[in-house]
Amino acid sequence: MSVGTVTRADLAEALYREIGLSRTESAALVEAVIDQIIDALIRGETVKLAGFGTFSLRDKNERIGRNPKTGEEVPITSRRVLTFKPSQVMRERVDSALSQ
Amino acid sequence: MLRSELVDNIHKDNPYLTRDEAERVVAVILQSIIQTLEKGARVELRGFGAFSTRHRAARKGRNPRTGEPVMVREKHVPFFRAGKELKAQIDASRKH
Repeated sequence: MSVGTVTRADLAEALYREIGLSRTESAALVEAVIDQIIDALIRGETVKLAGFGTFSLRDKNERIGRNPKTGEEVPITSRRVLTFKPSQVMRERVDSALSQ
Repeated sequence: MLRSELVDNIHKDNPYLTRDEAERVVAVILQSIIQTLEKGARVELRGFGAFSTRHRAARKGRNPRTGEPVMVREKHVPFFRAGKELKAQIDASRKH
């Protein structure tokens, strides 16, 4: 099935359709939910959304990398990265919809 | 932050919603993302990141207990990639 990429506008449309909020309120609420998640992550919190998945932070130490083109060794600085682990429910739904 | 806390925060910041409506707002957004992935499409949220699916081909595996070879069937798994802006914000937040 070919479906276009879903964006904020489509999520706002779903709120408008399914909850009956105004279009302005729907758009603001999509933004509010995304902002809440981002703000929690920036505070250093894990975001655990039951039935969906978990966003967590990992601090990585500096390590030596290599420029794949030149073979030159370059340090990769220590950093904090975000990972997402989908819930079992989400995994099963996606897999049964797409795998045979 | 848990899902219930996210709902509480949305409810607190938008007092015109009942707690139940705030719950539904979160549910509809998360369900829409999952439904999109079920259709094989992606969700792109600028400033946050993109949800998509990845295909894992069938492979020969081994039962770790018995060592017996088993066929692992193909899988489609949800995948999230943080956006450039969010990556930068998260890395910067480490310092404070």
